[in-house]
Order: sequence, then structure tokens, then C-alpha cells
Amino acid sequence: MSAYLSISGVGVTFSGQNGPYVAVRDINLNVAKGEFISIIGHSGCGKSTVLNVVAGLNRATTGGVILGSTEVTSPGPDRAVVFQNHSLLPWLTVYDNVKLAVDKVHGKSKSAAERDAWVRHNLALVGMDNALEKRPHEISGGMKQRVGIARALAMEPKVLLLDEPFGALDALTRATLQDTVMELHAKLDNTVIMITHDVDEAVLLSDRVVMMTNGPAATIGEILDVRLPHPRDRLKLAGEPEYARCRQAIMEFLYARHRAPKAHAA
Amino acid sequence: MTIKADTFAKSGLGEGLLPASLVPRLVAGGKAAAARVVPPLLFLALLLAIWEIACSRAGSPLPPPSKVVSDTWTLIVDPFFDKGGMNKGLFWHLASSLKRVAMGFSIAAVVGIALGVLVGQSTLAFRGLDPIFQVFRTVPPLAWLPLSLAALRQAEPSAIFVIAITAIWPIILNTAVGIRNIPQDYRNISRVLQLNGAEYFFKIMLPATVPFMFTGLKIGVGLSWLAIVAAEMLIGGVGIGFFIWDAWNSSLISEIILALIYVGLVGFILDRIIAMIGKWVSGGMSAG
Repeated sequence: MSAYLSISGVGVTFSGQNGPYVAVRDINLNVAKGEFISIIGHSGCGKSTVLNVVAGLNRATTGGVILGSTEVTSPGPDRAVVFQNHSLLPWLTVYDNVKLAVDKVHGKSKSAAERDAWVRHNLALVGMDNALEKRPHEISGGMKQRVGIARALAMEPKVLLLDEPFGALDALTRATLQDTVMELHAKLDNTVIMITHDVDEAVLLSDRVVMMTNGPAATIGEILDVRLPHPRDRLKLAGEPEYARCRQAIMEFLYARHRAPKAHAA
Repeated sequence: MTIKADTFAKSGLGEGLLPASLVPRLVAGGKAAAARVVPPLLFLALLLAIWEIACSRAGSPLPPPSKVVSDTWTLIVDPFFDKGGMNKGLFWHLASSLKRVAMGFSIAAVVGIALGVLVGQSTLAFRGLDPIFQVFRTVPPLAWLPLSLAALRQAEPSAIFVIAITAIWPIILNTAVGIRNIPQDYRNISRVLQLNGAEYFFKIMLPATVPFMFTGLKIGVGLSWLAIVAAEMLIGGVGIGFFIWDAWNSSLISEIILALIYVGLVGFILDRIIAMIGKWVSGGMSAG
């Protein structure tokens, strides 16, 4: 497997008030171009810490991340992030939120007309081209997340990082957004790393599911290959033995071998 | 009989002068406006009546409202006369007070926002300056006046300094709070997009902080108006504060009362102006 993105020996130690806190350690993961990876684990297991290291928002204490042929040292648009709470700027319209990113990332490579078309194109990809002049507070949570995805896609990132993108949404909205993400992945073939705590979501979307042990000093416990052909259909998958096997494997990891710390205490 | 006439009048209005759909809307709008305007007028009338009754007896130290109006009628009808020196209409007194407030407040706004950005952005500046600000902001405005007179040696700049030093604290503190409250998500977005300092300032920091800034400016303008009246009583010259003091020295109680009403109205208008500018500047910026 050609390692497009390689995370090697990454550990993150935060200096807390009660001395150093080891959040994650010994994270090793190679991601191929066009692969869809999910990272799953209980709350507080350091999933987001790993994602933030790839994004460059957190620095690794040990080890490092190499994307393409360069080491990640700071945040950048080649690793666009979709945050859980959408993080659209409330004073900008839907169009302007995406335009801000496009102007910054493609300001030199594209003409003004091309940038305008590119903003509209990416908003059309997520089905938001009819709400260009709306402000974030005028649209629903699912729509905000769509705009967040459009903004990230518009940066043409080498890796798209999704930090629990659907965590704050209701189940139905969540399902339609998962379908949108699947369609986009099929169409654009981008490399994606997604943080989630939803087993079905992980299996449905991913080529591989990375399961993390509980913190502190969390690390990768197991990596599961999901051998289901794309495109996937959530209705048909329910009866597939491979789907059931993956689901079972993850559930076993999360609830039998690495129960949530709170459940232990209770 | 009356009912018939009533219906007739209504239908005549509906068909003749206005489109039918507009009438209920106008009626509703009129009712809403009445609901806002009538109660204050009612209570004002009540207060005036109590005041009139309380002060009407012989030997009352304060004049009743009817006497205030008759005493100050020349001032009310002609606020623009100018007979030189201190003998000017109320408009000129208010105008020169407002001029001082405008200058002092502008200085406070510029310096206050700059310091607020510094304290909000830099943890070192916050740790170093915040305790100092917290102490200074409790100093009453007038306590600064002797010091500024000593330093500046002139009444006019001293008054402006007192205005500025009074208004600056809420502007600094609110701006700083606004900046410290910028959600981490917005900072992350700017880091992912690699916005430079100027881009971050204009595209993220400023729009995210504007509502907080205007809270500070609104409090600041109120405080400067409070301070100017007191400061002018001490420094003299043309101005509504000295007008009040002068009236007191001449035992013209009615003039004091008239001036107080004007001071209140102007303060209220200043507050509303800043609030309106804030609303206009932040447009749809309300975080939501």
C-alpha cells in the first residue's frame, strides 16, 4: 500500500495543572490516496487529538505526520477540517463563508469569475446552491454542516478531516448527510479521515475503521477492513453478512474489551 | 342607528381611501403604537399632578411644574438667543457640552478599542494591565479633574480629558471580553485558511467583537454625559453643567429643573444613537 498520509509514532502529552497528561501514544497509521478512514472510540479517548495533529492544530509531542512528501507542522488548507459545530462565521452569508476560503486558497491561481463559479459549484455539490444569500442562523443544523463540507471541499484538500461532523444532528438528517458524503467520496475520490462514535456510520462510510483504546495514553487497538464494495446502500447493507461481521467486531471491541471508563466505574 | 352609521363609515373608509387589507393592519399598528406611547404619557401626567399638588402650597422650596413653565417660558421658546458671554440660549449650552463629550468620547473610543484589542489578544498584556484597569475604573470622574487641571493647566482640555478617562474603561473591558470570547472554532478556521494578521483582524476579530464593542461604547457615552455635567459645574464657561450651577447661584430653581429635563433627554438620545449605530454596523452579525 502506498502511504499517501503516514502518521508515525505520534504521541501527544499535554502539560496540565496536575502534571503532564499523556493523551495518546504510539499512533501509527498509513492512509492510501482516496481511502476513507474512520476513527472510532469512546468519548475522551483522544480521537480528536489525533485528528488535530493531522490538521496541524495540535503539535505532536513525539513522532510526526507526513502528507505527500512534506511533514505537517502547522494548519493549512491542504488538510481542510469540518468541525462538529459547523463553525460558519455568523456574519457572513452561506456564499461568503465559502468565498472567504476560496479567495484565500485560490486567490492567486483562479480569476475572480473562476472563484465565483468554484464557490457555486461546491455549494451545488452539497445541495446548498439555493441558499447562497442565507445567513447561518437562518438555516438548519444539517444545512450548516453541508456548507461546512462545501467550504472544506472548495479548498481542494489533500485530506479531508471530518471531526464528528454529524454528531450534533438528528438521526434522519444524519442519514441524508451520510449519503451525501458517500456520493461525494464516490465522485471526487478524496482521502478522508473521519472521527465518529457511531458504529453504523463507521461501517457504512469507511474502507477501514480504526478503533482506539480508552485514554489516558490511548492508542490504536485494532484496525478493521470493511470489505464492502462501493457504492453502498444503507438499506441493502443491513442484510449483508460482511456488514454484520464488521458491526459485531466493532461492538465487541468497544463494549466487551474496551468498555467506556464510566461504565467500569458504575 | 349608531351601529349603522358606524358600519357605513367603516366601509366608506375601506373602499374609498385605502385598500381593504390595509385597514386592519393600520388598526393593529396603531394599537401597538398606542400601547407603547399611552402608558408613559399617563404616568408622566400622574407624576406632574403629584408634583403640582405637592409644591403648590405657599412656602414650598421647589416650584410646581406650572410655575417652572411660566418662569422659563423665554428659555423654552427661544433656545437659540445669544447675548454674548454666558447669556445664551439652552441650545448653545447643550451644544458646547456635546462638543466636549464628542471630543472626549472619540478619544476614549479610539484609545479604548486599541487597548481592548491589546488586552484581549495578549495574555501578557491582560495579566499586566487588567488589575491596573480594574483599580482605575473605580476612580470617580471628578476625582481626575484637579489632576488634569494641574497637568494641562486649562479648563477645556481638562474637561475633555475627564470625559475620555471616564468613558474609556467600559470600552476597554468590553472590547477585551469580546476578543477573548471569539470561539476557538473561528480561530481554527483562520489557522486552517492561514489568514495573516490583517485578514484575521478584519475578517474574524472585528466582526466577532463589534457587538461587545458597542456595549462598551453605549455605557461609555452614558458615563461621559454624566461626567460632563459635573465637570462643567467646576470649570465654568458655556455648557449645560455650568448653566445649572449658575442658575443655582442665582436661585433660579425653575431654570435648574428645565436644564435637568434637557440633560435627561439628550443623554437618552445619545444612548439611542450609539445603539442604532451598533445595530446598523453589526447588521445580521448576531451570533446564532
